[in-house]
Amino acid sequence: MRIVVQEAPFDLGAETSRFAEGHKDQGAIVTFTGLVREDGGMARMEIEHYPGMTERAITKIAEEAVTRWSLGDTLVIHRFGPMQPGEAIMMVATAAPHRKDAFEAAEFLMDYLKSRAPFWKKEIGPDGSDWVAAKDEDEDALDRW
Amino acid sequence: MDILYFAWVRERIGLPKEKVETGARNVTELVEELKAREPRYAAAFEDISALRVALDQELSDFDASLEGVREVAFFPPMTGG
Repeated sequence: MRIVVQEAPFDLGAETSRFAEGHKDQGAIVTFTGLVREDGGMARMEIEHYPGMTERAITKIAEEAVTRWSLGDTLVIHRFGPMQPGEAIMMVATAAPHRKDAFEAAEFLMDYLKSRAPFWKKEIGPDGSDWVAAKDEDEDALDRW
Repeated sequence: MDILYFAWVRERIGLPKEKVETGARNVTELVEELKAREPRYAAAFEDISALRVALDQELSDFDASLEGVREVAFFPPMTGG
């Protein structure tokens, strides 16, 4: 299990290749990458986080995934700070003997990272800035697990 | 105890962190103490259903006890991912 919280951009290809190496007993790798989407003329995004709690919360979520699914490995990288549209905000990767576990665990990680990891997104546009509001559907998404 | 504020809670109160001496037994009592201080606190804590609280970096509830707690954080619902 590898959890990374950093300000710097990450290399999606390099991270995925590195994660995929040396897993002879795993038949499936699923990766998900979240990008900054250019919504309504947004110029940039800024992500604030809670140093210390962020790493603890993500570790707890990843450990829960390991107990629920048969996983060979998990990776979560999540950035904070300023970023431009098109940049990668975060990625998760899961390795499992079979694809069903890898897909489900990746979705579980994403659902929980959305509303249980202490990050807050702010969108900055030509007319000012706004904190992104959490959606009810993101909270509801946790019920299925 | 240390109190931390994040996102728009931090902006409304105007600082990210402060040390507070309090006799509050639970989070709700602490919130009432803070609200009584100044209008900027009252504005930030106007609707606590829009807020979340963490005690020593674990997500918690407003009726939770503060006994032994060293760090309290207030913030809006999280928007990670």
